[in-house]
Amino acid sequence: MRTVVDLTRCQGYAQCVFLAPEMFELHGEEGLLYATAVPDDQVERVRQAAAACPVQAILLGEEVSPDGR
Amino acid sequence: MADDLKSGRIVVVGASLAGLRAAEKLREEGFTGSLTVVGDEPHVPYDRPPLSKQVLLGQATADTTELPVRRNADAEWRLGVRATGVDLTAKRVLLADGESLPYDRLLITTGTRARPWPNPEEAGLAGVFTLRTREDAAGLSERLSAGPERVLVIGAGFTGSEIASACRERGLEVTVAERGPAPLVGALGGTLSKLAAVMHRNHGVDLRTGVTVTALNGNGAFTGAQLSDGSRVEADVCVVALGAVRNVEWLADSGLAADPRGIACDAGCRAFNMYGIVTDDVFVAGDVSRFPHPLFGYQMLSLEHWGNAVEQAEVAAHNMVNPGPLRRPHLAVPVFWSTQFGLNIKSVGVPTYSDHLVIAQGSLEARRLAMVYGFKGRVTAAVTVDMAKSLDYYRHLIETGAPFPPPPGAADRPIAADVPVPSDVPDPSVLSHGPTVALTGHLPDRRLTVV
Repeated sequence: MRTVVDLTRCQGYAQCVFLAPEMFELHGEEGLLYATAVPDDQVERVRQAAAACPVQAILLGEEVSPDGR
Repeated sequence: MADDLKSGRIVVVGASLAGLRAAEKLREEGFTGSLTVVGDEPHVPYDRPPLSKQVLLGQATADTTELPVRRNADAEWRLGVRATGVDLTAKRVLLADGESLPYDRLLITTGTRARPWPNPEEAGLAGVFTLRTREDAAGLSERLSAGPERVLVIGAGFTGSEIASACRERGLEVTVAERGPAPLVGALGGTLSKLAAVMHRNHGVDLRTGVTVTALNGNGAFTGAQLSDGSRVEADVCVVALGAVRNVEWLADSGLAADPRGIACDAGCRAFNMYGIVTDDVFVAGDVSRFPHPLFGYQMLSLEHWGNAVEQAEVAAHNMVNPGPLRRPHLAVPVFWSTQFGLNIKSVGVPTYSDHLVIAQGSLEARRLAMVYGFKGRVTAAVTVDMAKSLDYYRHLIETGAPFPPPPGAADRPIAADVPVPSDVPDPSVLSHGPTVALTGHLPDRRLTVV
């Protein structure tokens, strides 16, 4: 699974940092750095982080599968 | 007729963020026809912002930034093949492998590429990089991990500054050379550029402004560079961060209004042809487009912004499968962000479309502030440093044409106490780094034309 954060929306509420500390971290006061690749054992945590994000900036999903159309 | 628009053949040329989001949106809007997405890179759509941040910091590898999909676009992905032209009459996209793809409607999202170092021989030295693609990031990251003695970054725009920041965080020595008076001055104007210069220097960057790099030296491998002030920088890695070039060359003979500033389109993302007549079957979105915006004097904006690629792609997709009266204009206020030297910089509106600015919240000393930009007595932009939660308020001021200086609102003191100062937006031609927002129109009293 892959994740991307819409940093245009992100306002640094940092709920994701509490819910999935291995995937999200603050860089300074409010700059968000996130892991792009989500290992299987972190998927549920990232799901929770995406649900809890006050500005709904986190997207979790599979990448495009070129052969599977 | 509306039903016809939901079927047929759509070709998207450009398989990055805008192309992917457009493909998804087309299906969401009920398009049931055949959808083909062409990309010259051999990869499925991937995200680029992490390449200058997480990847250079060593926290992610360049091959793990694929974009997650929102839904299955049910598209045929033609990856690793370049589009070489389009025949508007026969309605076919020509591909480098000799094939041609017929379309009923075409979306162009070919984006930009890194502006290369102008001397190809010097650019070919081992250790000289640009940063735009996955391969660029993988190569640069590997070199940084090997612990170079010094990294030279040419150009102090957002990308150059983020690279310098990442290098310092990894403990590497960095020299930044910028032709303008300070970093980020082209995007944010004089006042914030001074803060940016302080941040560079406080973090140990050897910042050289008002200089150009006249030559890259090395015998096979990069060893250093000559600067216009006569000095020399000894370094073993060089990153050329001179801004971006729009991928329009393939359209040179197409008859579309494509030039180095991008492909001109209307507010509904329909491309203009070279006579300035709008097409109805060719659409444009993302970095390669330029479009009129009513909040900024109807000037044609070119935006190299992640958020714009998404929003414009969605508007284009909607308009491709809906009849005229149901079409929507692309009116989103530009927003972008940059994280560097531990600061989160966010911008809304167009800071370069300004004559004065005022600090409405916080201060430069605190490194936490909201700065509001105005043009002819109207709020046109705001930039926050570590104050992202205030940004929406200022977006509202911009959207409603609020007076400048702005009313008290979110300000933490009477604004009247702060005298607006000139925004000092330089002529982009004096900068090393290309602007990430280009106003390509013309104001009678103030020339802002670029490229």
